[in-house]
Amino acid sequence: MTAVLELDEVTRVYGSGRVAVAALDGVSLAVAAGELVAVMGPSGAGKSTLLNLAGGLDRPSGGRVVVAGSDLGRLDGRALAALRRRRVGYVFQDVNLLPGLSAAENVALPRELDGVRTRHARAEALAALELVGLAERAGAFPDELSGGERQRVAIARAVAGERVLLLADEPTGALDALTGEAILGVLRARCDDGIAGVLVTHEARYAGWADRVVFLADGRVVDETERAAPAPAGGSPGGSR
Amino acid sequence: MSVKHALLASLAKGPMHGYGLKSEFEARLGQAWPLNVGQVYSTLGRLERDGLVAPDPADAGPPRAGDERRVWRITQAGRDALADWYASPVARDGLARDELLVKLTAALDAGRDTVLGVIRAQRTATLELLQHHTRAKADAAGRGELPRLLAIDLLIAQAEAEAAWLDLCEARTTTADHEEVPR
Repeated sequence: MTAVLELDEVTRVYGSGRVAVAALDGVSLAVAAGELVAVMGPSGAGKSTLLNLAGGLDRPSGGRVVVAGSDLGRLDGRALAALRRRRVGYVFQDVNLLPGLSAAENVALPRELDGVRTRHARAEALAALELVGLAERAGAFPDELSGGERQRVAIARAVAGERVLLLADEPTGALDALTGEAILGVLRARCDDGIAGVLVTHEARYAGWADRVVFLADGRVVDETERAAPAPAGGSPGGSR
Repeated sequence: MSVKHALLASLAKGPMHGYGLKSEFEARLGQAWPLNVGQVYSTLGRLERDGLVAPDPADAGPPRAGDERRVWRITQAGRDALADWYASPVARDGLARDELLVKLTAALDAGRDTVLGVIRAQRTATLELLQHHTRAKADAAGRGELPRLLAIDLLIAQAEAEAAWLDLCEARTTTADHEEVPR
């Protein structure tokens, strides 16, 4: 398996001298194509810092971040921005859809801004909306969509085009349990199709959807689950047949 | 215990024989609660003694105890008992012989590192269990098996509660450390 995201002894220090605080302290993590890794830990453990570094929104004080084969530290600002736009998708708790644009236009917009022709971007957007089960809502505006549907649009926006890395920060935050579960199902399916995913969550039930769970405390990885074996066909706790 | 009420619930839909009752119970709970057919007949015997079920009059032939072809129906007293059961909350005795609690409180004497070690090892195992249940859930959902889905949801909720409790234990352990008065 090739790692789409690789963090190699990554450190991020805020401040300097006596007031320096290491938000991340020598963290190494590799996420392969098709893999979903959950990151858990208490507030201030470094979860968001890790996500920002992985997406090239922030630069490490030490160590290396490699995305899709590019060492982010070796890219200039322009190349980094291009990689961020084309290869990385973000899903946040706040969905941030533009209210004046339809679901399809919201998904297509970042691609169009990136120079993709409108027609092609729209076709990609429709394909992405179909993947998250929203093909028939493509023309709806954000205020006509439920919270769960809006988050699905955000996921479609994050995977449209040639994205290889999906970074999700508490994507189920404001959603009820069943809708949250559906959102995780959609994220999981995107990863099963070959995208590498990182999910920051404080809810164990959502971390359960990941192939691996990494625990952060005080900027360090303190624990990690084994990569889960595929589900035995039909066999399971509480089940028969 | 609840086996008797589960049988009453099945009979509330219509008369059934013992083997049908066993099959229906297992279809609801799967491997989570295997029930042997002897247990079904002995429970039916107690339910008959208490007047909650009776042999179905429509069932032809001389009734013989324990005969798996014997058909049973629920009585009005049985329906009342079932309604009472649905209306009563299930009592939980949460702390009874919880090994993890015993281990964690014992570890307090061994020091912070031991406590954190116990917490982290347990949480990793709990999360692995959660991953396993989540896969099973996807499978159950794909097959449209609602009773099995509910059983797995319960396991997930329990594992989730344990993980949240372990987070809290970790926070309390480390906070207690910070707040220690320097001597």
